[in-house]
Amino acid sequence: MENKTIDTQELQVKLTAKDFSSGQDVRWCPGCGDYSILAQVQRTFPDIGIKKENIVWVSGIGCSSRFPYYMDTFGFHGIHGRAPAIASGLKSAHPELSVWVATGDGDLMSIGGNHFIHTCRKNMDLKILMFNNRIYGLTKGQYSPTSEKGKVTKSTPFGSVDYPFNPVSLALGAEATFVARSLDRDPKHMQEMIRKAAAHTGTAFIEIFQNCNIFNDGAFELLTNKETKPEYVLQLEHGKPLIFGVHRDKGIKLDGFELKVININEGDNSINDVLVHDEEDSNPIRAFMLAHMTDNPDLPTPVGVFRRKLKPTYDEGVWNQISHFQAKKGKGTLKDLLYSGNTWEVK
Amino acid sequence: MAEIKEKEIQSLSEVTVRFAGDSGDGMQLTGSQFSDTTAIVGNDLATLPDYPAEIRAPAGTLYGVSGFQLHFSSSDIHTPGDNPDVLVAMNPAALKINLKDLRPGAMIIVNTDSFDPKNLKIAHYDTNPLEDDSLSGFEVIEIPITTLTTNALEGSPLSIKEVTRSKNFFALGLMYWLFNRPIEPTIEWIQTKFKNSPDIADANLKVLKAGYYYGDATQLFSARYIVKPAALPKGTYRNISGNEASALGVLAASLKSGLDLFLGTYPITPASDILHYLSRYKNYGVVTFQAEDEIAGMASAIGAAYGGALAISTTSGPGLALKTEATGLAVMTELPVVIINVQRGGPSTGLPTKTEQADLMQSLYGRNGESPVVVLAASTPSDCFYMAFEACQIALKYMTPVILLTDGYIANGSEPWKLPEENDLPEIKVNFRTEKEGFNPYERDENLSRPWAVPGTKGLEHRIGGLEKEDVTGNVSYDPENHHRMVTLRAEKVQKVQQDVPDLQINGDPEGDLLVIGWGGTYGAITEAVNRSRKAGMKVSQIHIKHLNPLPANLGKIIKSFKQVLVPELNMGQLAYILRSEYFVDVIKLSKVKGLPFKSVEVQNKIAEILGGNNGK
Repeated sequence: MENKTIDTQELQVKLTAKDFSSGQDVRWCPGCGDYSILAQVQRTFPDIGIKKENIVWVSGIGCSSRFPYYMDTFGFHGIHGRAPAIASGLKSAHPELSVWVATGDGDLMSIGGNHFIHTCRKNMDLKILMFNNRIYGLTKGQYSPTSEKGKVTKSTPFGSVDYPFNPVSLALGAEATFVARSLDRDPKHMQEMIRKAAAHTGTAFIEIFQNCNIFNDGAFELLTNKETKPEYVLQLEHGKPLIFGVHRDKGIKLDGFELKVININEGDNSINDVLVHDEEDSNPIRAFMLAHMTDNPDLPTPVGVFRRKLKPTYDEGVWNQISHFQAKKGKGTLKDLLYSGNTWEVK
Repeated sequence: MAEIKEKEIQSLSEVTVRFAGDSGDGMQLTGSQFSDTTAIVGNDLATLPDYPAEIRAPAGTLYGVSGFQLHFSSSDIHTPGDNPDVLVAMNPAALKINLKDLRPGAMIIVNTDSFDPKNLKIAHYDTNPLEDDSLSGFEVIEIPITTLTTNALEGSPLSIKEVTRSKNFFALGLMYWLFNRPIEPTIEWIQTKFKNSPDIADANLKVLKAGYYYGDATQLFSARYIVKPAALPKGTYRNISGNEASALGVLAASLKSGLDLFLGTYPITPASDILHYLSRYKNYGVVTFQAEDEIAGMASAIGAAYGGALAISTTSGPGLALKTEATGLAVMTELPVVIINVQRGGPSTGLPTKTEQADLMQSLYGRNGESPVVVLAASTPSDCFYMAFEACQIALKYMTPVILLTDGYIANGSEPWKLPEENDLPEIKVNFRTEKEGFNPYERDENLSRPWAVPGTKGLEHRIGGLEKEDVTGNVSYDPENHHRMVTLRAEKVQKVQQDVPDLQINGDPEGDLLVIGWGGTYGAITEAVNRSRKAGMKVSQIHIKHLNPLPANLGKIIKSFKQVLVPELNMGQLAYILRSEYFVDVIKLSKVKGLPFKSVEVQNKIAEILGGNNGK
């Protein structure tokens, strides 16, 4: 374990998407959004500059968590909710690895919620892809912590009475240093998000809206249908004004503490009134405001990078301390270890 | 001080002292300082810290009493003593709680300043025991310790509260004088500990010395005592607690295996000290991961083990319960993880600061499915070192989780430890799989152990997890025959560890009327009881089990060589249950679940009861 940083040297042989396929039969339901996520990861990975043998996929339990079996990297299919904890141990002890977590809304937001927020808090250098289909799929259709209130499912025949998490807001609140959202039906966008997450050092969280065509079909229809998408989706692009609409004439204006939709061609409005997205904004307030546009019937739903921030990671901190004390005291030996403290001789 | 006359010095072979006071009175510190100094002068010793779960219980209350018992001797001893010869009682509550344990005629040193109406009332005394005849069977030494401490610190810049807080050093100094111990080790300790608070250091030093000279300058004591050094084997010694020994044991295994040490854990009494010790050893490359909960502690250790670290998780009973599912994952993925479970009183939160041995069944069977793990138990504070080392050896050789059981008593208790030489400990060979040709994640070697193929190894990319594995390939398999085969293989692998388990050594004759079988931290009390019974002519022998799964190969044979079997345990009979089912033997149980270790006399009385009123002759 000499090298404690990720090896990003030029790869000798150019790999392709196929090189990242394990060859196992993929067992998701035909038409599942997970296929697209797998495809985008396999397409992106040859270009992220990390050797295949240094990549590990860790997962929990659920449909999403079968993901590692289909990737020809190292993979660990863990137990329900604990993927961030397993991955944290792996990354802390072995910072030379690039560690990715595949998880779902039940796995990460419900049983694994505690591990998720603490992973973000520690700025553990993990890349977390959360497949959010707003339903429990593998257990056959109960409502999840991201299901909308009033959701009728097998376990809520008269509609759910509790409120959903907003995963982006939760990640921002837990101080994740890279927070993004993408859509299973927007391959190019998802590839871009994956590349950006790969390039980020620290906890990178991507919420991927993913259609479960068996138990929650059409949950994101408005956001993915070609007809409605331009009106309902807001693309966040760093340094660019927040414009959307079929005619690209609608913009998001910051009005006091409110975000409002304006038509930039109407009245005195102009493009200059539109909020310019700054994913590196040191103040998280605007990122929270963008997160809370989600599911607001008067506002489009943002996708893209909400926030990106650089700060030292957990494993960096741990290994810096170790290097510091090894340089100062020298590497410890067994003799030093045992014969320390108050010792005495019996002759 | 030149005119002080030397008092008469009496020689004793062994003494048991108990310091008792409020939980904020510094009794644990006083006791451990006295222990360290006593170890340095060469006595054998054993300690029993006994404190409440409350950090600062309301002053003067019965439930807030904190005690530290120390048994020291000029010969080999095994227990912290059954009945104290000397009690230092800092307040009425401490006197009331501890009086029943004293031997008849014991010396009681009381801080008379605290025997005021308020404290007497809080301790539920109707009359002052110093003024009635309730202490007539004891040698009571009354000292106004608080007043003398305040006097010694006249003119000190410290507040009254800080001044009176030093009074435990007065008691310590006095006891050093009474038992003829040097005060220098504690002086050095104070100077280091309080180097950033010179006023407090100065106060503690003054009060320590004031206590020491008080014994000389007054006529309260008719004699001073000396306990000569014990004839211990030659070597270098240090005083060690079980928790520190466990920390050193896993770190020694890290050095001998060349693997980086990773500890994934969550603070829990009485196991947290292992985390505290290991977190200091940064220059040994130790990563201590204080996780968000017990589950993450175990899960992170599994992740670290998957990556090729020597992975440890430490906990106590309730935490072991939370680690249950993840432990099953380590069984299924066949990864080496050592769990150190420092047992405490249960169930539920139970008695967090008190000792018990009631997690044996949980360790052996407390998981879903057929989920065998190796279970070991340490017998004394210093034995924790060797058992922690062995737990790592087994985990790495057999690619299996190992649970090491210690308990609050041996974890917090201490004893002199003869330090091993570097070469006394074997190298631990680790073979990471690097060869790509013919690699299968679940192929097995002669020990049924699977290859350790860690991320970062080119060409060995593979997937494992909690779903049932296909034999050899490790692919997910739902095949009925395969599942049966894999369950059997995992059980056989753990059973295979028996080849490395040393045969049990019998203390006493190889056959006889009664065999006493113990495990874990009861070793000292049972040994003392058996030795005394044998001296009294009884045909009783002893074995002590440190490998609970698999059990030592010669256990069945030994059991059959005795007419009767007695199993003393700090639970309701968990090992007894296992022995009955494994060996069809009619075991006599001796159960104690009081949060306290056995007194040797309790075991001795049971032996006498079984072997008959005529002392078994």
